Amino acid sequence: MSVKSPETAVVFSTGKEQSVGLARRRRLSSFFGWGLAWACAGLVVGALVDLLVTIIIKGVTSFRWDMLTTVTHGVAGGLQNAILGTLWLVCIAIVIAAPVGILGGVYLAEFARTSWARAVRFWTEVLSGVPSIVVGYFVYLLLVLGLGWGFSALAAGIALVIIMLPYIVTSTDSTLRQVPWSLREGAWALGLTRFQAVSRVVWRPAAGGIATGLLTSIAVALGETAPLLYTAGWSAYNPDWRLTHSQVGYLTYVVWTYIEQPYPEAHALAYSAAFLLLVVIVCIHVLVRILVRRWGGGAPAH
Amino acid sequence: MSRGRASRWVDIGFRGTAAVCSAMPLVLLAAILAVVVAGSLPSIRYMGWQFITGITWNLGNLYGAISVHGGVRAPAGASYGALVFLVGTLASSAIALVIAVPVSVLTAAVLAYQVRGPLQSLLSLLVELLAGIPSVVFGLWGILVLAPWVGRQLGPGIAHVLGWVPFLGGAAGTGLGLLSSGLVLALMIIPIITAAVRDLLMQVPRLYREGGFGLGLTSWEVLRHVCLPIVREGLIGAVALGWGRAMGETMAVLMVGGSALNQLPENLYSPISTMAAVIANQLDSALTDASHMAVHALAELAALLLVLTVATNLVARLLVNRVGRSTTVPGVRV
Repeated sequence: MSVKSPETAVVFSTGKEQSVGLARRRRLSSFFGWGLAWACAGLVVGALVDLLVTIIIKGVTSFRWDMLTTVTHGVAGGLQNAILGTLWLVCIAIVIAAPVGILGGVYLAEFARTSWARAVRFWTEVLSGVPSIVVGYFVYLLLVLGLGWGFSALAAGIALVIIMLPYIVTSTDSTLRQVPWSLREGAWALGLTRFQAVSRVVWRPAAGGIATGLLTSIAVALGETAPLLYTAGWSAYNPDWRLTHSQVGYLTYVVWTYIEQPYPEAHALAYSAAFLLLVVIVCIHVLVRILVRRWGGGAPAH
Repeated sequence: MSRGRASRWVDIGFRGTAAVCSAMPLVLLAAILAVVVAGSLPSIRYMGWQFITGITWNLGNLYGAISVHGGVRAPAGASYGALVFLVGTLASSAIALVIAVPVSVLTAAVLAYQVRGPLQSLLSLLVELLAGIPSVVFGLWGILVLAPWVGRQLGPGIAHVLGWVPFLGGAAGTGLGLLSSGLVLALMIIPIITAAVRDLLMQVPRLYREGGFGLGLTSWEVLRHVCLPIVREGLIGAVALGWGRAMGETMAVLMVGGSALNQLPENLYSPISTMAAVIANQLDSALTDASHMAVHALAELAALLLVLTVATNLVARLLVNRVGRSTTVPGVRV
């Protein structure tokens, strides 16, 4: 049995311990890193769940069915005027935004030259980043004051159009671009013009994606407040279906003004309005999700 | 023959209409810029640089005589200094970013690499849902849950532990203020940054990651030393995207910010107003000012906000697009 020289032993053992220590430290840091990451994900999900549960509990306990059939009186009453007003504004907006957005998206995907399409895509993304309050103020300056429409449904609808347009253009464009090129070639080979090819053949596989974009934009428009403050005004009566010179009430207004009032009736209205909005918007998002799964967001790209 | 000609005319007509429609986003963006800047010209002449350096936002005597100053009519004693709102916007969005960036990047890493199958789609759905919740609902939750918690627990806690750091000490008050605004904003931009970073991380070529694993790196080290460096530019872009959104957000900050006027924030718990919130809040003043000067001053505020957000958005888009065209996620406004 030979005696190891102390140096060798020391070198040997430290080397081994070091590598073991290093491996353990790396395993530990990996463990802690992913632990932290999971904690962050849990934090986000936890906050979301807390938000949903708070609003749902407050909403369910304060909601009464007769709120759907009575209008607001001062700080009490119902929400009928606000519900109808919100639907009225979103209807005006979608009637304008859907054709413009879909046509624009079709042009970008089917007809436009690459440089123009790229430029429009870029600036559409930038438009979607314009703060909604600035959009509202722009419409206020141009239409409410400039053209003298006053607070009105059409002004508010146009403000919503500016908010919705980027969603519709982008979703139409990106789903159409996923439609296989062979479909277009087949249509052209049958003697169809490019318009006929789009209107009879190419849109079919993209319909799901376009519908998703429309639904998403409706969900966004339902929840908007800032662009309506300076354009829709507020009315405690049901909308009279006039486009200009007539103020309109809407649900998000109820949420943010009535929660600042010191009366429990007003709070009940605010909770109920937020609850209704949340339910409708969550339903739309789930529907979008189902559509995406069914259609798979268009055919695979080639 | 005539049918063929008719369909050709339809084709041309459709193309023309569609081309006009495709130009709409550009036209609208240019119109917004032009109208808002034109609307702010009288205020720019009236206030000059004092608009950015002044802290007094005073509408003047709305019922008194109208004075003429620098060729512009305004109520006597009117002063429009937006520094308070500029600081409020920058401070609240900075707090939001400090919180949201690490949380979003780590959540995105979990979504991209740690979960798959039904759990992945469930988590993605939740994140997208968070992006779809209206900002007034965030504001309502902020008033009901977040602000009381900040006022009673988080604020005093931070002041107790880190009170020796300037700006972090002081009384937490009601909880309506800078910290609550930052927290709500963080929660609102987390889904935006998370979705963008997740898409970027999923685009990292598989071979690079496998190379890392082949060298014996742990999955965490692959994330730290392989994936994050590859997506760095896009990551900065995603952060800028979230920043732009945080600066432009109106309702949530209006509801939990505490609506400060004419005072700069003293500490983390002071009430603040952002530019967006003050535009929303000053609606009544815009209506009552006979000289319309308040309208012009708010337009200048809107123009300033527009320039700030569009600039950050431009940088963000250029950076994100350079990394690779990320697929858009339905429901998330990226």
